[in-house]
Amino acid sequence: MPNRVAIIGVGCTPAQPTTPYLSFKELMFQEAERAYLDAGIEASEVESFVTCAEDLNEGLSIFDEYTPDQLGAVQKPMHTLTQDGLHGIADAVMQIQSGLVELVVVEAHSKASNILTPEWILDYAVDPVWNRPLGFNPHAIAGLEMNVFLHETGITPDQCAHVTAKNRTNALRNPLAAYPARTAPGDVADSPYAFYPLRETEMARTADGCVVVVLASDDRARAGKSQPVWVRGVGFANDSSTLESRDWIRAEYCRVAAQMAYRQAGIHNPGRDIHLFEVDDTYAYKELQHLVALGLYSRPGDAGRAVASGVTKPNGETPVNVSGGALGMGLTLEATGLYRVAELVAQLRKQAGARQLPHAKVALAQSWRGVPTTSGAVVVLSSE
Amino acid sequence: MSGEPRTVRGTPLELADLKKGKVFTTAYVPKIQYAWDTGVAIGRYLEELKNGRLIARRCQRCQRTMVPPRMFCERCFRSTDEWVYVQDTGTVNTFSLCYVSWDVRRLKTPEIPAVIEIDGASPGMGIMHVLGKVNPKQVRVGMRVRAVWKPPPQRTGSITDILYFAPIKGKTTKVGTAKKPR
Repeated sequence: MPNRVAIIGVGCTPAQPTTPYLSFKELMFQEAERAYLDAGIEASEVESFVTCAEDLNEGLSIFDEYTPDQLGAVQKPMHTLTQDGLHGIADAVMQIQSGLVELVVVEAHSKASNILTPEWILDYAVDPVWNRPLGFNPHAIAGLEMNVFLHETGITPDQCAHVTAKNRTNALRNPLAAYPARTAPGDVADSPYAFYPLRETEMARTADGCVVVVLASDDRARAGKSQPVWVRGVGFANDSSTLESRDWIRAEYCRVAAQMAYRQAGIHNPGRDIHLFEVDDTYAYKELQHLVALGLYSRPGDAGRAVASGVTKPNGETPVNVSGGALGMGLTLEATGLYRVAELVAQLRKQAGARQLPHAKVALAQSWRGVPTTSGAVVVLSSE
Repeated sequence: MSGEPRTVRGTPLELADLKKGKVFTTAYVPKIQYAWDTGVAIGRYLEELKNGRLIARRCQRCQRTMVPPRMFCERCFRSTDEWVYVQDTGTVNTFSLCYVSWDVRRLKTPEIPAVIEIDGASPGMGIMHVLGKVNPKQVRVGMRVRAVWKPPPQRTGSITDILYFAPIKGKTTKVGTAKKPR
């Protein structure tokens, strides 16, 4: 990647089922202070700001009007993306690589607990003329996808249960996680179906939280006091999301986004060149589908066999979602991808405490925007 | 080719045609609900409104007293330092006479939203409210006003615990020049 870009600071509040003690502005201010201190900068030095937020999740239209004060962005260039935070990282990278600015802040948060009717917001994303009148819960789209995904790949429900068990157990070592629990695959198999073949314990629950990330140009990062983590590649893509004709088997948005990021990072064999993966697991089977799309397995069925045999556990050959993923940390709306970045930065800086992996030098984060979308992003980071 | 625009013959459509179902339509009423966390600053602000008082936060660095209160100073980018009660009187900074209601009805008596610079807060620091008990023709920038509160049992911890701001008779101040801490 020409004109290298680094992450030089992160502020990250523990994900929580609720956060009644702080407003979203106070939450953002707190994490901005933490990130700027970590980066060794003053807010006044930041040249551009990106926030990732969805108006319907906030309950406020034109949400970018509500973000400058608490980030130190008053009278400065700033904008809001209606995307996951990883798109915000890609945005910041482009701003810095273009030579426009040297110091950019990316923020995303979740006040999911403030949304009393989350299913209605999902319903709002479904086509109003020919899908919405059918009246089914939009999470059913995940049930539809999982069913044909298992049918076509040979991946089993038990292998999917291993994803939940692994991630929620991993979360016990992560103080940022909202839903840690010692979980066995059998516990998942005993839980009721929500949207057959999808079980209740295979669906990530929402959580509140906030992440602020500071990105800097090569020069700026080298001159600074903090330990930089380098952005080696970014990619993002959408597929055609029409429910009647979409690709239910392959997460093409993820494959295209990954190819884009790999090209920049010079990665030819992701399974060998990348040491740590944080991938979307909004629903347990999604982790496996995304790992296939990231090019880790030549045969899709291998993704199921890998998780069941422990290859993707923290001490396995290819650790996946050491943080606990969305199943263990909680689904923090637009901040979901940035929580993964926070994990990778901690790992690559060797600050991950009880879950520190000894040899991780190159790491990948991937996000998906949830049902009914086919929108995804990939970021590759490295310690050198 | 003449210069005349071509007339395309369309299909005329009457309201009755819609009612008879000659045209397909679809309707959807979203049922989205929120309950926002007020947080520290606005939580305290609302609690004090219930008590019939206005409270502000002060930043020691820029010496501003900010209302509505906030836990951070957007100019200095630091935490604010202390709570201070301010007056429930102030000066009209700006106002509008609204002859069209929220649901687009024509109004004979206008609604009067106004920004009121609060006494005890820093110049230019005001709250958004409405004016009442005033002849619309006599509203002026710089007019001195006072909060008219709901009776205590009716207050709920809401900005509407103040019914409106009403003129303090015979007083006008030039906006931004009142003696206030800077």
